[in-house]
Amino acid sequence: MSRISAVLNGLRGQGRKALVPFITAGDPNLETTAPALSALARAGADLLELGIPFSDPEADGPAIQAASERALAAGASLADALQCVRAFRRDNAHTPLILMGYLNSILAMGEERFAQQAGAAGVDGLIVVNLPPEDSATLRRALAAAGIDLILLAAPTTADDRLSLIDRSAGGFIYLVSLKGITGADHIDVAAVQHHLGRLRQRTRLPVLVGFGIKDGATARKIAEQADGVVIGAALVAHMGALQDDPAAIPAELECRLREIRQAMDG
Amino acid sequence: MPQPGSNYAQPSERGWFGNYGGRFVAETLIHALDELQALYAEACADQQFQQRFSQDLARYVGRPTPLYFAAGLSAELDGPQIYLKREDLNHTGAHKINNCIGQALLAQRMGKTRVIAETGAGQHGVATATVAARAGLECQIYMGTEDIARQALNVYRMKLLGAEVVPVSSGSKTLKDAMNEALRDWVTHVDNTHYIIGTVAGPHPYPQLVRDFQSVIGQEARRQCLELAGRLPDVLVACVGGGSNALGLFHSFIDDVNVRFVGVEAGGHGLETGRHAAPLNAGAAGVLHGNRTYLMQDGDGQILATHSISAGLDYPGVGPEHSHLKDIGRAEYDSVTDEEALDAFRLLNRTEGIMPALESSHALAWVVREARHLAERVVIVNLSGRGDKDIQTVAAIDGTTL
Repeated sequence: MSRISAVLNGLRGQGRKALVPFITAGDPNLETTAPALSALARAGADLLELGIPFSDPEADGPAIQAASERALAAGASLADALQCVRAFRRDNAHTPLILMGYLNSILAMGEERFAQQAGAAGVDGLIVVNLPPEDSATLRRALAAAGIDLILLAAPTTADDRLSLIDRSAGGFIYLVSLKGITGADHIDVAAVQHHLGRLRQRTRLPVLVGFGIKDGATARKIAEQADGVVIGAALVAHMGALQDDPAAIPAELECRLREIRQAMDG
Repeated sequence: MPQPGSNYAQPSERGWFGNYGGRFVAETLIHALDELQALYAEACADQQFQQRFSQDLARYVGRPTPLYFAAGLSAELDGPQIYLKREDLNHTGAHKINNCIGQALLAQRMGKTRVIAETGAGQHGVATATVAARAGLECQIYMGTEDIARQALNVYRMKLLGAEVVPVSSGSKTLKDAMNEALRDWVTHVDNTHYIIGTVAGPHPYPQLVRDFQSVIGQEARRQCLELAGRLPDVLVACVGGGSNALGLFHSFIDDVNVRFVGVEAGGHGLETGRHAAPLNAGAAGVLHGNRTYLMQDGDGQILATHSISAGLDYPGVGPEHSHLKDIGRAEYDSVTDEEALDAFRLLNRTEGIMPALESSHALAWVVREARHLAERVVIVNLSGRGDKDIQTVAAIDGTTL
């Protein structure tokens, strides 16, 4: 069983929900990333999501676009993101880590080579925002050989029969996009999320985590009533943007912010 | 619309032209693309839709556009017999309107009340704003701030047509960033909005349907060339940014294996400088904006900033069908520099009294450069747009303030 499945099954057994923070590798510099990941784990993150900086993040809102731009300005690449994972793993061998990015970054490195290096670095899962399940077979095989789950997204617009296709192709968990929109959007509708969760639950036994537009503990708590966990990205990344000139302060700030969300979510 | 009896059956049902194309978008958009694909297939089979499209092209756009024998230019170059396909004479001044007419009909058929588009030179933005005004659709046009600065005339035209021009200041502030922002808008407003992509790129079915709507160019040119020259052309030449005017011209000749296709990319300051927009000449395959195609990118897969004197060619990718035609050797792709394009712009003004768009000037410049190898050849150049929008750019280069 993968590290992701082990953690999510364990949480399910305890009736607890997963909290998954997202930051971008190399934002605002490469030195900050591993300490920031460690701080998030200390603050109660069950899994970690690390963004691969990309020049054209077409599914991301302004906060994560800006994070990518800061990381690219600091010279961060996919190879650097993997270096950050290795550095984090020296400190933490148990918290599952998921890379999230766009397909071109993976293709440029080569799918096989990426899978081997990511596996060796201690990556547990991969989310590729713009890779549909129909075209994921090659990458999925390469990842499987390296012990990495390919996590697929489902959306409010995904038809029922397609949810079943996603279930058949996904590993680890399914990432349900909460709304029609981009990351950091401000129009999340909890009732609608619950409706789509219900549709998805009928078609998958994999855990379902919900992301996009979840900005605070109260919303996280409401979503987590039905979901197996929540992803919080843009809200945290915005704090990193505010501290870009004082990167040394970022890990402590993230730890404090995520602890607040953890407490609100767990009640 | 697919050519009956053609041996060339591209793309596949899932939108692949050989190894290129596909549908690499966020999951949220898949449903809208499925819907568009189904509706487009239905429209292709619907006589009334086809009739309406043809009527709009005839009565509103002003088609057919002439195929004009450029005697002055041919004499000046002393080699090829040059024919110009006059897409510059279309309503709104470029080929872009052909596709917009078709997509507006599709948007109405889907019951969408709002259209969005990206634009570089502003020609596609103007064409979209035009069809939106006519159909009573709400319209927002995404445009990079750098392009807004160099295409002020078209920006104002779009406003006069009732569209809202949304400035995009992320990334390189040009066409690719406008396309990112349009995709973000679409994913957010997918229920009521149709995204009118302006070129033969993007996720399936866009590369196919834009090509099909533009293929009227080649259908006319083929017939006109048989009438005027008494035979098929030897060479077709068109500029390639995303590549819609080129495919529009090439597509009807795809089975005419002796007709040579030449796509001309923007060489900018020269391929060796890295400051250009020529992915087919100097790029590598990758995935951007929903399709796998040749891209200008670095070793980490980051998309590179491009440069061209012409905003409409200033794009790091290219339609996936061009990537396929390049790989199978059916079309060849070359590039010309900013300077060569400017020289051709001036030459056509002087020899023919026609002011071409700087985009189309790239195709002309290739013919100028290659003229000595084209003796006696019948060459059709797609004059994809007129140059009024570029007067300020050229004047600035001449040191003239208007």
